[in-house]
Amino acid sequence: MELFTNQVLAGIATGAIYACMALAVVMIYQAIDHLNFAQGEMAMFATFISWQLMQWGVPYWGAFAITLVLAFVGGIAIERILFKPLAKAPVLTNVAGFIALFAIINSSAGLIWDFTIKQYPTPFGSSPFLGSQLISTHQAGMIGVTLLMLVGLYFFFQYTRIGLAMRAAASVPESARLVGINTSWMIALGWGMASAIGAIAGMLIAPVVFLEPNMMGGVLIYGFAAAVLGGLTSPLGAVVGGFLMGIFENLAGTYIPGVGNELKLPIALALIISVLVVKPAGLFGRHIVKRV
Amino acid sequence: MSAVEDVVTEAPAVEAVPKRAMTLGTGTSVVVLLLLLVVPVFAKNFVIFQLTQLLYLGLAVLALNILTGGSGQFSLGQSAFYGIGAYITAVMMEQFNIPYFLCLPVAGVLCFGVGFLFGQPALRLSGVYLALATFALATAMPQLLKLNFLEPWTGGVQGLVVTKPDAPFGLKMSQDMWLYYFTLVVVLAIYVFSVNLLRSRSGRAFMAIRDNEIAASAMGVNVALYKTLAFGVSAGITGVAGGLSAIAVQFVAPDSFTITLAIQLFLGMVVGGVGWLPGSIVGAAFIIFVPNIAEGISKGLSGAVFGVLLFLVIYLVPHGARQVAILGQQFAGRLRKN
Repeated sequence: MELFTNQVLAGIATGAIYACMALAVVMIYQAIDHLNFAQGEMAMFATFISWQLMQWGVPYWGAFAITLVLAFVGGIAIERILFKPLAKAPVLTNVAGFIALFAIINSSAGLIWDFTIKQYPTPFGSSPFLGSQLISTHQAGMIGVTLLMLVGLYFFFQYTRIGLAMRAAASVPESARLVGINTSWMIALGWGMASAIGAIAGMLIAPVVFLEPNMMGGVLIYGFAAAVLGGLTSPLGAVVGGFLMGIFENLAGTYIPGVGNELKLPIALALIISVLVVKPAGLFGRHIVKRV
Repeated sequence: MSAVEDVVTEAPAVEAVPKRAMTLGTGTSVVVLLLLLVVPVFAKNFVIFQLTQLLYLGLAVLALNILTGGSGQFSLGQSAFYGIGAYITAVMMEQFNIPYFLCLPVAGVLCFGVGFLFGQPALRLSGVYLALATFALATAMPQLLKLNFLEPWTGGVQGLVVTKPDAPFGLKMSQDMWLYYFTLVVVLAIYVFSVNLLRSRSGRAFMAIRDNEIAASAMGVNVALYKTLAFGVSAGITGVAGGLSAIAVQFVAPDSFTITLAIQLFLGMVVGGVGWLPGSIVGAAFIIFVPNIAEGISKGLSGAVFGVLLFLVIYLVPHGARQVAILGQQFAGRLRKN
């Protein structure tokens, strides 16, 4: 039983990483209605910027704030410059665009900061949390920040005019335009917010996985999976999905014989698919009725 | 979340492509066929190898095109079927000494089976959910191929070396050249099959499902059957393409069949034009040659150059090579009028 509890705790700790990323994934999905494959790379690039600022002597929270602003502006710029011209192109062409963006960011980061692994500081310290060896204060801090972001997003979407406008623009663009919402800019705003949330996720994840251009590859996959598991329309679902994903993965690695590190991901994904077969819209997703 | 259900009018993710627009005209077909027949005679062995690569990757893109462009289902798991096909061919050739031309149909049929079975649970999923499910298959495949108990056949992590077949009947032809023509025959046969498939009753059922699933089922199309069938056919063709690749490359290893391959095939389909079968070969050319060109322009930034080139292509022709073909046709029509 103790092994079980420990594995669940460790799962929650890694789950926090996935939850963070999943939140960013859901954010962009709300705004543009598809998954952004370059999201992880955008987060990685932002993390590198904050690292560079710290190298230049900016204190942690200063670098954190500057990076957030840059990520927000950068997200909007990417949407305005690269993806707005593709708004009328087929969906699959847009997906190809995300892959292109992925290649560009990954390769540029490699050229600017090279591929060696870098240490990244944490503001929370890394001593054991409440005497537990399994969760460090950094991971506890990460869980805290994730929950904080979740609450923040909830209030933003439920209680602000602009949050309401964004939801309207995403769900029924035609009607939203008729009541005077600038849907095109709502999409850009969604990109900016997703980029900023991604940057926070990146800066929280970097102390755990270390900073390098490919650091987000694995994390983004788990983030997607978590978001899909929770239901792509629900930020709460994304966070719950992230924690479940971490727990699944750890338990599969411990209890199913013959599962090394390499088979953890496929097994976790297989579990998610079985969940989706039963609940196709995810755990917390809204069921969408289609008509001819 | 609110209990109120959203009601939306379904907008298909893949645009409708009329049947006629899925193929080339007779004149163009003959020209392309002649080119494919004649060019290798004047080319060096390495170029012939690249052309062979172009053909079998084109075949894999075509298979994805039938699935996505035909039936509107999206898959990131093509690399898994490709890997299964390659491994079946390699294992049969090397461990059981079965001639290569018999291995390919077996690979095709077995992959059809796997694809058809995989299509069953996938029936309940669509869009991103289906993409995630197929993605899971793609990430699992290299690990499955490395499994210990399969090692006597698959060679584990190290993979298998495949012997390249000689030209039969004492033909005076290099191995590469023979393999090229062999591949060409297989690819052409499958191309003709695919074109006819999409023109048939089943093909119309695929397209009806793609354009509007609910309407299709209201018209009496057996949606479940045709969706899994599309998965099966696509997987089968991908398996044959994988088998051809194993023979041409003379080597199979688990890490050749990762998600990267599936993404390449996807890019090939978009660049070639979703739903336009002849575009598959253009798409294959893009994924083979453009990374090389990018590397030639800048070694350190090859990924970025590739990304920029890809962006250029999708800005100029968001509908891929099909758009170029349509523009060309209109231009030719105008010339004829004047």
